[in-house]
Amino acid sequence: MLTHLPILQVIVPLMAAPLCLFLTRSRLVWLFALIVSGVAFLISSLLLQQVMDSGTIIYMLGGWDAPWGIEYRIDYLNALLLLIISAISTIVLIAAHTSIQQEIPEDRHTLFYILYLLSLAGMLGIVATADAFNVFVFLEISSLSAYALIALGKDRRALWAAYQYLIMGTIGATFILIGIGLMYQMTGTLNMYDLSQRLPEVDNSRTVFVAFAFFIVGVCLKLALFPLHLWLPNAYAYAPSIVTAFFAATATKVAVYLLIRFTFSIFGLSFSFTALPLQMLFVVLGLLGIFVASFAAIYQANVKHLFAYSSIAQIGYMIVGFSVSSVTGLTATLLHLFNHALMKSALFLALAAVVYRIGSAQLSQFHGLGRQMPYTMAAIVIGGLSLIGVPLTVGFVSKWYLVLATLENGWWPVTVLILLGSLLAIVYVWRIVEVAYFKAPLAGSESIKEAPMSFLIPIWTLVIANIYFGIDTRLSIQVAQAAAHSLFGVTP
Amino acid sequence: MAFLVAVAIAIVRMKDLFAVIMLSGIYGLLSASFFVAMDAVDVAFTEASVGAGISTLLMLVAITMTGRTENPSRHKPLLALAVVTVTGSLLIYGTLDMPYFGLAQDPVHLHVAPRYINDSMQEVGVPNIVTSVLASYRAFDTFGEVVVIFTAGMGVLALLSVVRHPKDIAEIDSINKSMHEEHLILRIVAKMLIPFILLFALYVQFHGDYGPGGGFQAGVIFAAAIILYAMLFGMSTARRVINQSFIQMFAAIGVLLYGSVGVISLLNGKNFLDYSALSVDPVAGQHLGILLIELGVGFTVTAVMVIIFFNFAGRRKDQQNKEKNEP
Amino acid sequence: MIMGLYNYWVVVVLMMVGFYIVIAHGNLIKKIVGLSIFQTSVFIFYISMAKVDGGTAPILAEGIKQYSNPLPHVLILTAIVVGIATTALGLALAVRIKEAYGSIEEEEIQEKDNLDC
Repeated sequence: MLTHLPILQVIVPLMAAPLCLFLTRSRLVWLFALIVSGVAFLISSLLLQQVMDSGTIIYMLGGWDAPWGIEYRIDYLNALLLLIISAISTIVLIAAHTSIQQEIPEDRHTLFYILYLLSLAGMLGIVATADAFNVFVFLEISSLSAYALIALGKDRRALWAAYQYLIMGTIGATFILIGIGLMYQMTGTLNMYDLSQRLPEVDNSRTVFVAFAFFIVGVCLKLALFPLHLWLPNAYAYAPSIVTAFFAATATKVAVYLLIRFTFSIFGLSFSFTALPLQMLFVVLGLLGIFVASFAAIYQANVKHLFAYSSIAQIGYMIVGFSVSSVTGLTATLLHLFNHALMKSALFLALAAVVYRIGSAQLSQFHGLGRQMPYTMAAIVIGGLSLIGVPLTVGFVSKWYLVLATLENGWWPVTVLILLGSLLAIVYVWRIVEVAYFKAPLAGSESIKEAPMSFLIPIWTLVIANIYFGIDTRLSIQVAQAAAHSLFGVTP
Repeated sequence: MAFLVAVAIAIVRMKDLFAVIMLSGIYGLLSASFFVAMDAVDVAFTEASVGAGISTLLMLVAITMTGRTENPSRHKPLLALAVVTVTGSLLIYGTLDMPYFGLAQDPVHLHVAPRYINDSMQEVGVPNIVTSVLASYRAFDTFGEVVVIFTAGMGVLALLSVVRHPKDIAEIDSINKSMHEEHLILRIVAKMLIPFILLFALYVQFHGDYGPGGGFQAGVIFAAAIILYAMLFGMSTARRVINQSFIQMFAAIGVLLYGSVGVISLLNGKNFLDYSALSVDPVAGQHLGILLIELGVGFTVTAVMVIIFFNFAGRRKDQQNKEKNEP
Repeated sequence: MIMGLYNYWVVVVLMMVGFYIVIAHGNLIKKIVGLSIFQTSVFIFYISMAKVDGGTAPILAEGIKQYSNPLPHVLILTAIVVGIATTALGLALAVRIKEAYGSIEEEEIQEKDNLDC
């Protein structure tokens, strides 16, 4: 069985999804989904262990060797992502049953879990595969289920947000398809490793340049890089809270993975950064993303919107790390990928708990919550500190590496701007803290109790992970560095 | 090709959505004929049934609920034109270095394709090379595709399904009976045609190895027969023939059938979807594997197309009932 | 050169028309039609790539030496299915939006949202 782990990682949730239709009670479906997600997490940890012991794992589907068949390749980079996605999925699912009681009608619960598992399987499939077209197919699986999940939100604006996401997401996916088609046309193959061998022969052709451009734009749409981020705030704000907790930590990370994979492993470092002025472009767009989004976050009335804009800012940080294109820079990006997943899922889960209790995420309703829901608000505070980058939290570790990377490159102005961005984060986190702890509770809100255990357990698991990985950084740094080194080593 | 451009531009200009949808159906049909000219027969078949058939149908049902005309836009779409011009020029720039259309020495034909063309008969044993690539060499992609269809079905269910009350059903029944006289000719002709359509669907399903066809096209045709029945005899009658939860499980069974073939390979020690694990003779294993997965595809595609149509139509019925009940 | 690339240029025009419909028009259904045209044009592009002059459909038969490339056909079969899945979901969303907002014009929907806030 151990040799088949790569494929089991994807087909366990993939086949579990239709099986849900045969279970009747929604509680049973929830337990089933939870177990499946847990199994996926177990598999991803085993895979990471295998990669650390014996290097890249190659798995041929259907027994046909690549490039005639499709293959899976698991190396440090995807093993890390598989771990993040499956871990967050499982932890978030713990609270799902309680959360959706309030937000989704009873007769849609089974469908919710089916779509959730499909989304999970889709994301795992994108990350594990080494075939460019397979990426497109699984991208669509995860995107379609995402559109439907977001549309399950109570507010009618969820429908509009889902529609806008559908249009922008499909344009992005079609651009990616065009890019893949052009790459195929010039090389005759779809396998990632094969492409990396064959592209250098043709890489001064205009077609490959255009292929690259279309692919990058398509991926940036999915990543929500400024200015292609317009779909994200509404999608995150109006989706059911548990859906946001899951997607905020995973969906954009997968797009970042695709960016890294295609630039480093397929097109190659030298081509990618010389063909387009990618370094300059990404630094500028990343920084713009950080500042525009952070400023927007400060003025939001709805806390979900606030954190959504914060996510766009964090993606900006990841892109800046990427643009440095050094081992340290890439390590910083990967670390931030890991850390942001932990931070944002904790924050959005805590928000889900608040919404469960008070029915709204408007900041004006948060008065005095610090006293009425102490554990939940404490979690938000710690998550907020992590966003700012306070030492002892994971946020600090990734900011540290980012600053290191920009300094190594001699980019003083960028370092200063990164630190300024953290100051902005202080402002918007403080807004929440101020209202929750320093304002008197609203009239008629005495009956608000702390969140139930089904929320507190996953929230605090994530918060403790936030602090643990902020102090004991060995595992996360080791994996991120190993991934960065191997990516740099593969370039022709 | 020029026709295609003309149709596309006409769609841009027209405001009547019904006409727009008809034009998009024509666009699909023209594309299908283009595909035939390009030797892509399987693709043409699929595009004609899916792109021109189902797609047009769904859009028509949608506009019965959303309205037939488009409001004229109030501002000049300059930004959109600019974006489109930039994107288009970039693409044309990219074509300048492309290998010329149709040449046998183009890189696409040199590397991966020759093995498919030359060796697939020995390795897989099926004359239709597209089927052998789709169902064997790249079977995992096809699995992903089946899951995409399943996901769309589940998504539409999540968005549009309506809980139906017994008293509504009785009311609709009485309306139907009174309508019996009106569409008599259509109904009789349909009753004669439907068995042939179903038979044709089965033919396409099983003959996909030897000619154009296979699970997708067969599934769509089968679903078309059911939808035809539903359109002429009324949703409630159709629902009695095809039960809601039965069809959902049917969709699930298709995906699970496909996956199980892969799992059996795993249990026999080979990689996922390696058909040589299914039988002593590898080529026989290939035939068996392809047969089973195409069946799985056919099941899910039929079921999901029916689910999507029934839910759209059901939503419409629900809206009509609500309008009737409110004065 | 023009004859060699003519096919591809027409396809680019088609793609751009589809793309234009998606971004310039406000009616939700029209946008979905545009998306569908955009995607179909990309399919035409892939299939043009697959054609070999003098070849026939890739179904093995006696006496035929030259075949067109089957791989893009396989990819496009999958892509067509993905396209219809997206269209179906998009149309379902449009129907729900019409029910919830009473309109499917982008400008009107955004006005109603602004009134809400």
